[in-house]
Amino acid sequence: MRVEFILNGRKVAVDVEPSETLLNTLRFKLRVKSVKRGCERGECGSCTILLDGQPVTSCMLLTLQVEGREVTTVEGLEKDDLFKKLVDYFIEEGAIQCGFCTPGILLTAWAGLKQGRFKSVDDVREYVANLCRCTGYVKIINAIYKAATGVAGR
Amino acid sequence: MYRLPEYDYYKPGNLEEALKLLDKLGDARILAGGTDLILDMKTGRYKPRSVIDIGGLKELKYIIDTGEALRIGALTTIQELVDFPIVHSKTPLLWEAAIRFAYWQIRNMATIGGNLCNASPAADTAPPLLVYNAVVKAASLSGERYIPIGDFFLGPRHVSLGRSELLVEVIVPYKSLEKYGSAYAKIGRRRGHDISVVAAAAAIRVEDGLIADARVALNSIAPTPVRARSVEKYLVGRRPGIEVFREASKLVSSDVSPITDVRAPAEYRLHAAMVLVEDLLLESYKRAFRGGQE
Repeated sequence: MRVEFILNGRKVAVDVEPSETLLNTLRFKLRVKSVKRGCERGECGSCTILLDGQPVTSCMLLTLQVEGREVTTVEGLEKDDLFKKLVDYFIEEGAIQCGFCTPGILLTAWAGLKQGRFKSVDDVREYVANLCRCTGYVKIINAIYKAATGVAGR
Repeated sequence: MYRLPEYDYYKPGNLEEALKLLDKLGDARILAGGTDLILDMKTGRYKPRSVIDIGGLKELKYIIDTGEALRIGALTTIQELVDFPIVHSKTPLLWEAAIRFAYWQIRNMATIGGNLCNASPAADTAPPLLVYNAVVKAASLSGERYIPIGDFFLGPRHVSLGRSELLVEVIVPYKSLEKYGSAYAKIGRRRGHDISVVAAAAAIRVEDGLIADARVALNSIAPTPVRARSVEKYLVGRRPGIEVFREASKLVSSDVSPITDVRAPAEYRLHAAMVLVEDLLLESYKRAFRGGQE
């Protein structure tokens, strides 16, 4: 079946099976490799994308479900100032290890910042629940919270 | 890598189309948010011939305050319940269950209608809705009907909807609960983002120093989410207090039938349920006194 949607600001059209998940379409047909295949059960958050600006796990979506909608991955935010700032804080805090969970976490954090959801560190913990299997979450949470308070301060 | 089974995919553009499809297609599954169905198809629990994606039915996405009740469209997402201020102010138990529901990405997809129709014994929105005596509205080509939430769950993954019926709305009466104190809690293996080992909601109304009404509901501790009727019956007419709440909470065991699974042994579930109920009754009572559900 033919499906059309907006991927990072550009219209794409692709032929998919009804049983195809957005995760697989993005990785294997559209070659967006920042979207990681992790648990495939909607638990880890590594395959997070933004759907009309809201973070969702692409392993739990059929590609046909996103007909006509806006899909954003980290590639679509490269030129965004808030995103660049968030990345800078991740570097500054050393909030990265193997990097597998990083795109999903950045997208979730960016959406949370954009929506003003991080008033406290606990809010960051509540809303950015993506799993990281390398290390602790302290540096990640700190980087996001710094970005949030930096944003609030401006 | 998981594989989804083959099926025919339908995407109705409005409710009438959806009902016609549902009537026509025999072996069909409704796709709402997909957070249960996609996983259940990946793991092989369901292998439907057809999938009807109702995600395009904008008319099922709303929250309306009638002054007596919230009318919630079946496709309202769990995160929308978290974000609508009236859910927090009018139905705080439902709000608390919503904020403790999985995590953000899942809450952005999962819908209230899907959470109920999936009929997991662990359905997060069920204990609050049972306490509010919510009613669900089902639609089919032959009309509409209203089902009290207490009659909705028949067993694990089994609800009292006909084959061609669609759940379209959840009605949550809050007005009648205004004089109650209420509280909600969920125990999972982790603080958040998890399926409940047991969760409970409670509400109490005190009149002339005696308990005039009590409502207690739990999930994950019986084949369906349940009201703890023995606990409620024991409480009514008694003078509220820690001893009474403790005695009442012991009666939970006659209202439930916990099982042992990967998340917890049955003994732990029952013990946790009793502790939860006792705590929630006390908290509800305190809140009843402070006037309001918080």
